[in-house]
Amino acid sequence: MSVLVNKNSKVIVQGFTGSEGTFHAQQMIEYGTNVVGGVTPGKGGTKHLERPVFNTVQDAVEATGANVTIIFVPPAFAADAIMEAADAGIQVIITITEGIPVKDMMTAKTYIKDRGVTLIGPNCPGVITPGEAKVGIMPGFVFKTGRIGIVSKSGTLTYEAADQIVKAGLGVSTAIGIGGDPIIGTPTKDAVELLMNDPETDAIVMIGEIGGNYEAEAAKWIKANGNKKPVVGFIAGKTAPAGRRMGHAGAIIGGADDTAEAKMRIMRENGIHVAESPAEIGSTMLKALGKTVNA
Amino acid sequence: MNIHEYQAKEILKGYGVRIQEGIVADTPEAAAAAAKKLNAETGTSWFVIKAQIHAGGRGKGKINETGSNGVVLAKSLDEVPTKAGNILGGTLVTHQTGAEGKKVNKVLIAQDVYYPGESDPKEYYVSILLDRAKGCNVIMASTEGGMDIEEVAEHTPDKIFKEWIDPKVGLQGFQARKVAFKLGLEGDAFKEMVKFITALYNAYLGTDSSMFEINPVLKTSDNKILAVDAKVNLDDNALYRHKDLAALRDLSEEDPLEVEAGESGLNYVKLDGNVGCMVNGAGLAMATMDIIKLSGGEPANFLDVGGGANAQTVEAGFRIILKDPNVKAILINVFGGIVRCDRIANGVVEAYKKIGDIKVPIIVRLQGTNAEEGARIIDESGLKVFSAVVLKDAALKVQEVLAAQA
Repeated sequence: MSVLVNKNSKVIVQGFTGSEGTFHAQQMIEYGTNVVGGVTPGKGGTKHLERPVFNTVQDAVEATGANVTIIFVPPAFAADAIMEAADAGIQVIITITEGIPVKDMMTAKTYIKDRGVTLIGPNCPGVITPGEAKVGIMPGFVFKTGRIGIVSKSGTLTYEAADQIVKAGLGVSTAIGIGGDPIIGTPTKDAVELLMNDPETDAIVMIGEIGGNYEAEAAKWIKANGNKKPVVGFIAGKTAPAGRRMGHAGAIIGGADDTAEAKMRIMRENGIHVAESPAEIGSTMLKALGKTVNA
Repeated sequence: MNIHEYQAKEILKGYGVRIQEGIVADTPEAAAAAAKKLNAETGTSWFVIKAQIHAGGRGKGKINETGSNGVVLAKSLDEVPTKAGNILGGTLVTHQTGAEGKKVNKVLIAQDVYYPGESDPKEYYVSILLDRAKGCNVIMASTEGGMDIEEVAEHTPDKIFKEWIDPKVGLQGFQARKVAFKLGLEGDAFKEMVKFITALYNAYLGTDSSMFEINPVLKTSDNKILAVDAKVNLDDNALYRHKDLAALRDLSEEDPLEVEAGESGLNYVKLDGNVGCMVNGAGLAMATMDIIKLSGGEPANFLDVGGGANAQTVEAGFRIILKDPNVKAILINVFGGIVRCDRIANGVVEAYKKIGDIKVPIIVRLQGTNAEEGARIIDESGLKVFSAVVLKDAALKVQEVLAAQA
């Protein structure tokens, strides 16, 4: 099972022939992801990485039956690429691009709303179901197969969490990098819900950062849903000052509720096992599962 | 990106938003000339002199050198040069600037809009911003103008009205009317407010802004509605399509180290602590700052070297961190994905040798692609650099290093 992507996913790459697209498509193919082709307007009919290139997403879908896309298109054209994918009937749209204007994302999000599409990102590392499909830019070898789902706003912090989970003797069912922008397709709660309903996921790691209310919303949902699986939470940015943007466009403390402390408190109140230190994500998961922790 | 009040007002005016008129000046003489011109253009005989810095609370804030407030009233042309001189070149400290304050390079000489007339002037609050949770823009308005909106939200939340804008169709007439009615306006003032909100929204969209805060919005004694102050935050990601707005950036308002880092493609934020850090990825960088704190230190900075870290970026990062005299130790934390740890390790060793004579201890934690190779390079370099693989060990090393210095 797993969620969003698996070995049966037929993946296309938008921005296929660009340098980023080429590099990561190659990496995904080496990982074993079923990459069936790519889209670069104007290069349709050619081959790239031994796979067909199409002018439009629609052409790609008609020819290959693709149902997942990964977008590496530059920021000025990325929102357009998202809408094109949705229009062509792609079900899972994973957008890696960083730096898309907020206004463009608002348009794209509104456009895809009633089209039964799942958008992951933008500004995210992608999604990986270890051993089946990597649709993203993460180092695949860090993610060993297992039954812990990961949801995270941050790229390298996702790798860190996966590494600790693996070193704790566990493994990953699916890891979803939801992205660090102010407007993203799948907020924390929706990603957690997917993993909560996944029979191959036993527990969930939820990693957030300062800014916004996604983690609080997810925490409340988890409790309302009956805390069906153990959830370990961590929020980065306890030491970040208010009003300063910390790298991610979304990572800025605006009010009292979006500090790391407030989010951790809300998580605790809703039955989530909070890791106080980013070095304790793995050990906190072991405790949450009732297993012994080796110091 | 933040811009100055005078720049923001200029933009608003271009979109048909009525503003408190003013002229910017950078010397007492220019201030006097500006006041004269303003008198000729608007008939105002009182002048508001407003320090132009990127921080709020200017009216209550004080200039260190002269004791003047950041916003003062001159009741005649003669008073303008002296009063402007007491602000210009001074250091303004407000509740938003921190104790070190900000140097004032420019003042805005503005017309007096609180003149008496048929009705009393009244202040309102209007802002437009992105509602992240709903994924759309929202207009926020309040009858409690001129106050800190966060205090209003805390004490009298019922006095804040919100109107969400559907991105599909944009602001509709009924929505602007709703806001104006909720503010309790009628007659000419009501009509003016509807116009004001509509024009303001157009300006917000047209400039790709992420926040507009007009506080106060003033109803004058003759029922005009105008912006007395304007805080505008532009979406950095959209500046590529607004070259004119990008040119409004005032580098003197930014930390010089942050500007230098930006030029090297690094994302750096200066903080007040004693342990510097260099990390790949924003989330991991914040987590690393948190680890420093948990280890008994205080983070001296946020520094994200991004996904394409190499020897040059590592060197640039080092140089920037080392310019901060408070730094007593440096923690480098890289989780290699596409970035290979052996390359980072070589970059660290090269940069160390090039810069030479680095007095502070350095802890390098490399994990991910080629992590062991990276650790070996660090260990065999013979430099005063400690390596760690697991985050917990890096934290312990920071603790040891700080304890040894205490």
